Amino acid sequence: MPSNKSVSDAPIVQFTNCRILRSHQLQREDLWVREGKILNPEKLFFDEKGSADIQLDCKDSIIAPGFIDVQINGGFGVDFSLATDDFKSGIDLVSQKILSHGVTSFCPTLVTSPPSVYHQVLPQISIRNGGAHGAGILGAHLEGPFISKEKKGAHPEHCLRTFEEGAFQDLLATYGSLDCVRIVTLAPEMKRSSEVIRELTKRGICVSLGHSVANLSQAEEAVQHGATFITHLFNAMLPFHHRDPGIVGLLTSDKIPAGQRVFYGMISDGIHTNPAALRIAHRAHPKGLVLVTDAIAGMGLAPGRHTLGQQVVEIDGLNTYIAGTKTLSGSVATMDTCVRHFQEATGCSVETALEAASLHPAQLLGIEHKKGTLNYDSDADFLMLNDGLYVQATYIAGEEVWRQDALGM
Amino acid sequence: MRGTAHPSSYFRSSPALPLRRFKLILSYKFFTAIMRLVILEDYDQASEWAAKYICNRIIQFKPSQGRYFTLGLPTGSTPLGCYKKLIEYHKNGDLSFKYVKTFNMDEYVGLPRNHPESYHSYMWNNFFKHIDIDPNNAHILDGNAPDLQAECDAFEKKIEEAGGIDLFVGGIGPDGHIAFNEPGSSLSSRTRLKTLAMDTILANAKYFDGDLSKVPTMALTVGVGTVMDAREVMILITGAHKAFALYKAIEEGVNHMWTVSAFQQHPRTIFVCDEDATLELRVKTVKYFKGLMHVHNKLVDPLYSMKEN
Repeated sequence: MPSNKSVSDAPIVQFTNCRILRSHQLQREDLWVREGKILNPEKLFFDEKGSADIQLDCKDSIIAPGFIDVQINGGFGVDFSLATDDFKSGIDLVSQKILSHGVTSFCPTLVTSPPSVYHQVLPQISIRNGGAHGAGILGAHLEGPFISKEKKGAHPEHCLRTFEEGAFQDLLATYGSLDCVRIVTLAPEMKRSSEVIRELTKRGICVSLGHSVANLSQAEEAVQHGATFITHLFNAMLPFHHRDPGIVGLLTSDKIPAGQRVFYGMISDGIHTNPAALRIAHRAHPKGLVLVTDAIAGMGLAPGRHTLGQQVVEIDGLNTYIAGTKTLSGSVATMDTCVRHFQEATGCSVETALEAASLHPAQLLGIEHKKGTLNYDSDADFLMLNDGLYVQATYIAGEEVWRQDALGM
Repeated sequence: MRGTAHPSSYFRSSPALPLRRFKLILSYKFFTAIMRLVILEDYDQASEWAAKYICNRIIQFKPSQGRYFTLGLPTGSTPLGCYKKLIEYHKNGDLSFKYVKTFNMDEYVGLPRNHPESYHSYMWNNFFKHIDIDPNNAHILDGNAPDLQAECDAFEKKIEEAGGIDLFVGGIGPDGHIAFNEPGSSLSSRTRLKTLAMDTILANAKYFDGDLSKVPTMALTVGVGTVMDAREVMILITGAHKAFALYKAIEEGVNHMWTVSAFQQHPRTIFVCDEDATLELRVKTVKYFKGLMHVHNKLVDPLYSMKEN
């Protein structure tokens, strides 16, 4: 029975026989969707005297908000840090392929690159909604070049820069445009970083600390100026030391301004972080943990050599190193693999694992009123998963955009 | 001595009378007023008996397009088990509410409709969202209407337009009230605005974090007269804390201080209780009605199903 059309005459879909993640718990409730948003069925019943037009039996699946990947450098042969002619079709390919990993929104990430690359690539990245064509793009994540030489990791040294001279203007000149930039990773110990952090924060850009040798007080100062994220905790930063915990100390710092939360990315692929370290971080600050893939072009491809910006990397199973070295450079893990591994390694609840890939990244980017949850009036970006947390189907704006077929492909 | 005839003497004087009286009773079977006190062992069994009775009544009525079964419904903790069973019968495909119209007894005044303790929320979460009732047929008083008396009058009119209530299911307060007809309410009352008695506010505090200041003090409620107009009434009473109210309701006289007692004068009333609720009744009363359980159980066994139709 359709509604009395007092609000809308768009069809109403009721997903039944499922467990939905709401209020941090899996609840046995139906999920109602209309016009791409999660609908409040009680309001529909009493205000509009409405009921569902279509009822779908979800066969006892788990329904969770779609995953949000805020650090992904490419995949399926596509490298976001390479200014190719067919860059647009490359980003389209990745956005389409990651639907099968449960990712419904992402931040294409560029590693340290020469200014020419930023000037060519950034204008080709546009913030857009997801759909059958692929996951939504929330904006670019620029990891570098304002990072520390000592902790460059797989980033090319000759492209590293400082903003000593012109602070924010230097940054703007390097990147060209900040229109579609969502996150910038920088090293806070660099001179004039406070000004830069304040400017970026003022423009609504999330500042992340990473690839840095900052000590705890430098990191805390950065947070006080507006930094809210840590790029791949433990990797490319000073190790935890009991007299100077460094950036890792932010997880339990008492200098975080009231009302502000520090989030931290973790690549839980089993390689970048020892499970014990993952558990320490999770237990110290569970509400700040954001799962990221840090996936590179080789993700989804066979083992072998691939590019990552200006470098060549080698994939061997789940490990990726700069060719000929033992320096880790990104991962080939998929988001759903990271969620499963995180759940196994920490023994946390299914709800916690799912929220680390959906609610927390949405909170980091300040979009949890429309993404990252299944609350009423949120965007209907969600996943159907089995109990093992394998993605069975992906929905964006209430439309099915990917489904696991019988052959498991 | 003349004038002291005892009824039993009539039988002794005429051997054929018992048979005639029996036939008389049979022919009046469908017109005789009847009060049943159905006593089950515990809350779950009482809830199940009540649900089965409602289920059978709906199915035997054979509701269809244009011929709706009208049901009056209560809220509170007592009917929760009954609602759960009805939902079970629906989910098994045995019972549909497609041609059922419902009228709830009451609603708080001034509580936002989506407040978790509003009766709208209660009915949605505990009943409506699990069944196939048409939202247009689920009527609950609007405690936020701009003109509360007009809202009450409109509710009475809706009941009338629906052809009256076939079965009104209700509960009893610890102070013997039905719906929010607090002690002292007129037994002829209709749907109206009522100020809640302190007993009721105290009993409801548990739903508002024990904070008395958060409990609504006024409500819209069907009147005693409104429920008396129903063709049949079923009152659910479970738990020792309701025992005294049950005693007052059925073993003492009709009294406006214990408004449920009005149903002693209703032609078809069923009181469904658990053992604990009978704790204040006379042993004689309880034994008598327990002895009738084999008759009462015929009303719920067999349990009908819409699948057979």
